[in-house]
Amino acid sequence: MKSLLAPGHRGCAGCCDAMAAKFTLMAAGEDCIVVSPTGCLEVMTTPYPESSWEIPWIHSLFENNAAVASGIEAALKAKGEMGKTKVIAMGGDGATLDIGMRSVSGAFERGHDFTFVCIDNEAYMNTGVQRSGATPFAASTTTSPAGEVSFGNIRPKKNMPAIMAAHGSPYVATTSIGYPKDMIRKVKTALDVEGPTYVHSHAPCTTGWGFDTSKTVEIAKLAVETCLWPLYEMEDGEITKVKKVKNPKPVEDYLKMQRRFKHLFTKEGGDEMVKKIQALADENIEKFGLQ
Amino acid sequence: MRRDYEKEKKDMVVVEGSYAVASAVKACRPNVISAYPITPQTHIVEELSQFIADGEIPNCEYVMVESEFSALSALVGSSAAGARSYSATTSQGLELMHEVLFNVSGMRLPVVMTIANRAVSAPINIWNDQQDSISQRDTGWIQLYAEDTQEISDMTAQAFKIGEDPDILLPVMTCMDGFILSHVYEPVVLLDDDLVAEYLPPFEPELKLDPKNPKTFGAFADPNSYTEFRYLQQQAMDKALKKIEDAADEFYDLFGRYYGGLIDTYETDDADIILMAMGSIVGTIKDVVDKLRAKGVKVGLLKVRSFRPFPVEAIHNVIKDAKVVVALDKNISIGLNEGALFTETKATLYNTKIDVPVIGFMIGQGGRDIPVETIENIVDEAKKVIDSGITVESQFTDLKEELL
Ligand SMILES: Cc1ncc(C[n+]2csc(CCOP(=O)(O)OP(=O)(O)O)c2C)c(N)n1
Ligand code: SF4
Repeated sequence: MKSLLAPGHRGCAGCCDAMAAKFTLMAAGEDCIVVSPTGCLEVMTTPYPESSWEIPWIHSLFENNAAVASGIEAALKAKGEMGKTKVIAMGGDGATLDIGMRSVSGAFERGHDFTFVCIDNEAYMNTGVQRSGATPFAASTTTSPAGEVSFGNIRPKKNMPAIMAAHGSPYVATTSIGYPKDMIRKVKTALDVEGPTYVHSHAPCTTGWGFDTSKTVEIAKLAVETCLWPLYEMEDGEITKVKKVKNPKPVEDYLKMQRRFKHLFTKEGGDEMVKKIQALADENIEKFGLQ
Repeated sequence: MRRDYEKEKKDMVVVEGSYAVASAVKACRPNVISAYPITPQTHIVEELSQFIADGEIPNCEYVMVESEFSALSALVGSSAAGARSYSATTSQGLELMHEVLFNVSGMRLPVVMTIANRAVSAPINIWNDQQDSISQRDTGWIQLYAEDTQEISDMTAQAFKIGEDPDILLPVMTCMDGFILSHVYEPVVLLDDDLVAEYLPPFEPELKLDPKNPKTFGAFADPNSYTEFRYLQQQAMDKALKKIEDAADEFYDLFGRYYGGLIDTYETDDADIILMAMGSIVGTIKDVVDKLRAKGVKVGLLKVRSFRPFPVEAIHNVIKDAKVVVALDKNISIGLNEGALFTETKATLYNTKIDVPVIGFMIGQGGRDIPVETIENIVDEAKKVIDSGITVESQFTDLKEELL
């Protein structure tokens, strides 16, 4: 499979966004048009006059990539060029769950034939690791820092896949950059299904989460193995396939490797927080039938 | 203005201004239309929707978005993909698009958008002034202002022609006064499809989002290159000065109607007092000029059609021999107590040898009526300037003391 994301981009070593983009393009092939909003991916791949994109690519704003994708799809339709060419909107969690929410919702409700890939690195990385609607419970970020009286972000992640399924999307899937083959298969499926389809990819960020640059894939796998990030597919709102986890690992294995959760192991009362996080994983096991 | 009304009469129909615009858009064969309703723009998009529902605009998609922000964003995508792209909005809708306006012009996408000019909130007000589009003057869009229904209709075809020219590639706002033009029924000649086909070639941009020839749009430009992008936009605006005139001339050759290029003039040749204005107020001013000329007052009108690019040279040539110039503005820069046309006109004179006093009046805000008497009073104020010099540079018009 040819990688259409040229090497030499300016992402951090071990960058998750680059991997997610690469896998998405492997699934799409050459006949696609990609829209990306402002964020790490855009900044690191397009320093003028260079570009890492070997397919037509457009950036517009932080909050409107789904709307731009709608327009591209409409243009292809109007000019009778729709069909083969796939339209993909690729956005960070901030651009998807937060500022881009209205635009994503509008595009899905209108039923445009495109695939939205959310690259979820669980914070606004491009502006220096601030909390987003996808930041997990008890993670420390620069706007939800752990402190004397704080354990970091106190809200759970917004359930974006469920929201997109509720829009009537015919295909919604969760993926992880720790499982490239699974991700490529799901993106391919999403691109082949007609209508607005959604792929939410978990993408550990070495800089923002605080772990060694060689560990991106390992951490990504641990999120799945601890059942904190379940992998599943939904067709017309129903869960149709789930990746089973035989012997789930304790959440500590995942949390301990990351600076953003460090306070849970150094601060008094941290063990209670870890228990709460374990409860979230247990809930996933139950809810998605992971075992 | 050059027109043969006698000849036009047989082709005239009485329609609403919004219908004339929609019909003009249809004749221009757009591929993608995207808009969100807001008074007084609504009739335009409703008419267009109906045309599409009736199969009257072939090869065209209407994207029914959830906001103005997405309307213009969708056109970023469609225009970049090589589709002729159109929208219409006003007031709050235009303000919501602010961020996207820069994006469209920065990526050199020749989107055309009709603005049915309206006041901005707060206090909320749906009636006409031009604060909305004037507030967007630095966004890199060409801004043209129309005097009447026939002009806004014809200007639509001119806008696509100007913006899509490979030397220009800039988005164009065609501005019409809300209600005053959008909701008024007037006799107009609707644009003829065949003539427009002759006038306006298909939109075939050299660069577009095309998998066969992949390009990156909207890249990240650091201090090494950002300035040059801005410079090139300015250069395109400079070239647009001539292109706007050419588009008007070519339109005249084919359609026989002309309203000026960058500007138009009325009785200015020997005028001591020249009134400057944009939009529908120009019609009222012409009546006042006729009336006062009959009494021997040497007054004339300078109509500004193109506000961006600002036609510095054309304006110089007209006002250089006047004794006083008056700029009328349906907008204000709060904190400077000036309207934009006034500020720009003063600025064009500074550092030149032309020493003409310029005064400004802010007029017709929030849809306040502008009767002939108001303009006559303004001319009286201008006369005083000739006799005794400037006492007040810029001021509000017809303020109601009892409300203050
Ligand atoms: C309207 C607007 N607000 C704020 C910003 C600043 N900004 C740029 S990227 C970004 C965060 C991006 O986060 P995300 O979408 O999660 O992508 P990531 O960089 O984490 O991959 C922010 C806040 C902006 N560009 N535009
Ligand atoms: S901060 Fe994270 S997402 Fe951004 S370039 Fe670095 S590793 Fe990639």
